Amino acid sequence: MFDRDYVQQLEQKQAEWEQRVAKEIEKRPERKKEFTTDSGIGIERAYTPVNIGAKDYERDLGFPGEYPFTRGVQSTMYRGRLWTMRQYAGFGTAEETNQRFKYLLEQGQTGLSVAFDLPTQIGYDSDHPLARGEVGRVGVAINSLEDMEILFDGIPLDRVSTSMTINAPAAVLLAMYIAVAEKQGVPADKLDGTIQNDILKEYVARGTYIFPPRTSMRLVTDIFAYCAKNVPKWNTISISGYHIREAGSTAAQEIAFTLADGIAYVEAAREAGLEVDEFAPRLSFFFNAHVNFFEEVAKFRAARRLWARIMKERFGAKNPRSQMLRFHTQTAGCSLTAQQPEVNIMRVAFQALSAVLGGTQSLHTNSFDEALALPSENAVRIALRTQQVIGYEIGVTDTVDPLGGSYFIEALTDALETEAQEYLERIDATGGAVKSIELGFMQQEIQESAYRYQKAIESGEKMVIGVNKFQMQEDTRPALLRLDPAIAERQVERLARLREKRDAGRVAAVLQRLREAAVGTDPLMPVILEAVRAYATLGEICGVLREVFGEYKAEQVV
Amino acid sequence: MADRPIRALVAKVGLDGHDRGAKVIARALRDAGMEVIYTGLRQTPEQVVEAALQEDVQVVGLSSLSGAHMQLFPPVVELLRAKGGYDILVIGGGVIPEEDIPYLKEAGITEIFGPGTPTTRIVEYIREHVS
Repeated sequence: MFDRDYVQQLEQKQAEWEQRVAKEIEKRPERKKEFTTDSGIGIERAYTPVNIGAKDYERDLGFPGEYPFTRGVQSTMYRGRLWTMRQYAGFGTAEETNQRFKYLLEQGQTGLSVAFDLPTQIGYDSDHPLARGEVGRVGVAINSLEDMEILFDGIPLDRVSTSMTINAPAAVLLAMYIAVAEKQGVPADKLDGTIQNDILKEYVARGTYIFPPRTSMRLVTDIFAYCAKNVPKWNTISISGYHIREAGSTAAQEIAFTLADGIAYVEAAREAGLEVDEFAPRLSFFFNAHVNFFEEVAKFRAARRLWARIMKERFGAKNPRSQMLRFHTQTAGCSLTAQQPEVNIMRVAFQALSAVLGGTQSLHTNSFDEALALPSENAVRIALRTQQVIGYEIGVTDTVDPLGGSYFIEALTDALETEAQEYLERIDATGGAVKSIELGFMQQEIQESAYRYQKAIESGEKMVIGVNKFQMQEDTRPALLRLDPAIAERQVERLARLREKRDAGRVAAVLQRLREAAVGTDPLMPVILEAVRAYATLGEICGVLREVFGEYKAEQVV
Repeated sequence: MADRPIRALVAKVGLDGHDRGAKVIARALRDAGMEVIYTGLRQTPEQVVEAALQEDVQVVGLSSLSGAHMQLFPPVVELLRAKGGYDILVIGGGVIPEEDIPYLKEAGITEIFGPGTPTTRIVEYIREHVS
């Protein structure tokens, strides 16, 4: 981005400057011998045009909204419209969560994000023996269309966009959403939202898988195909680095493993006969905003550029929308401390700011009490207000990619891209993401990084305020959300009544049709939609698929 | 020192998939010279107890981050005692509100290690309390 002769002269001058500084350092040493990002990328004393001299503005950065989208996927970014403020919420039964949704919408939230409880995420009804203790805990329990009707009661689905964190049984929950919309008189082509539907990262990091990887990929591509025709505005997948990072990966691993999963989905969809530009515009991503501020800003930019190049050069995508990496961000849950929890408000604010400076399309800010319990209403409100301060008060939204062109940010963007690219090459050489996951490669790499990070905290090399630095005796604790223990009973009773009152013959018949489709090669989405309309439960539908597809058992290596 | 190493079982009870902490602790215990078995995800209390007895461990570390600890930790101790594992130390960790700790201790989970606990403290605790 600078004239070559000029950079050469500058290099000379910079070397002289370094010599002058070296003398000073002899007298007054710097705080550390070496400075690195949290992911171990070396940080220089100061960055100058020398660090980015070889970059070509048009080739490597480009204008906002244009290839390779380093500076953002829209030409006006937040000058046009702010990101969607979308707080992940759900607990107890559909009634409680419906109340929380209405509260968040009243407080100025602009999209919904549903958290499901673990039995729902793993395809068990609330009365299953393995659901013991887990019903309504980390999210809302949804057993049938009846629960989904209550969940969205009074919320017009043509006027809100909804993100659902659901993976293995994503097809079933999407079918329920479509069926609720039908009852509200909203046609499927008006629906706007996202299902996570990213099964690969479940094996790598998050753990709510049901079926083995290869049959799961059939369900994923089945949804791509169905939505391309019937629910065209729906984001059919949210390819997630968030949980990979939470499990302990570095920033470069987060980019690489996420994009490797993305490549596997694109390949699977093409093998299923879809054209890349037919489904790729609906692919979306989900990243973590972690604690090392500049590294995170650079990470979002590097991921965008790398994905654009992969889509264009490797897959021949022509539609610019297929090349755009659009993403949701959540602040880093694992960075929240149980000690002096109010300090988490600051951590979340800085992380959220990095996501905004990195050009996120939507954002969830964590609540300060989440290392202690499910977030209370007060803590959720502060988290949302944090986004509103960033969006409306401090002026960071007034120009596109304000850190673009910073010597440091551009150099860091390059370093992350290069490291991620190297990982991608290793994964390709292994035979792709599915194979790497089956071999435990990504899992092992993440575990190593997680252990290193923990060691760094314990040695004091990495400081965590309130944990290994500036600790204090704490007597007061914030008021935490307590769940009513009767929630599980109420949910199980409602399920029992449903099983009594529905048309059992119709349910049995449609489940039989589902079994036949699963054994064969017919599309599954239309049959699943029929099943949910007949009030077949999530557990029954997943039960049929479990029988046909089998269940995944993870190899345990520690 | 000809003592045989301490044998430990690290177990994820319930459906929760957050096992970063469990795996980090498994590694730390191993680095501290213990023999460690990690159960993997989605274990019932019955499965944990069976593994603990079969592997002849002296300590069981339970992990849950989903809020199911009140339902899932106490049965582990009950079943262990019912099946003859009287001396096996049971400890826990995860996202566990402070007010739940007295109940869990009453139920025989002798210590709860929350977020931010250095792994060295857990190692010391186990060494001191394993008979």
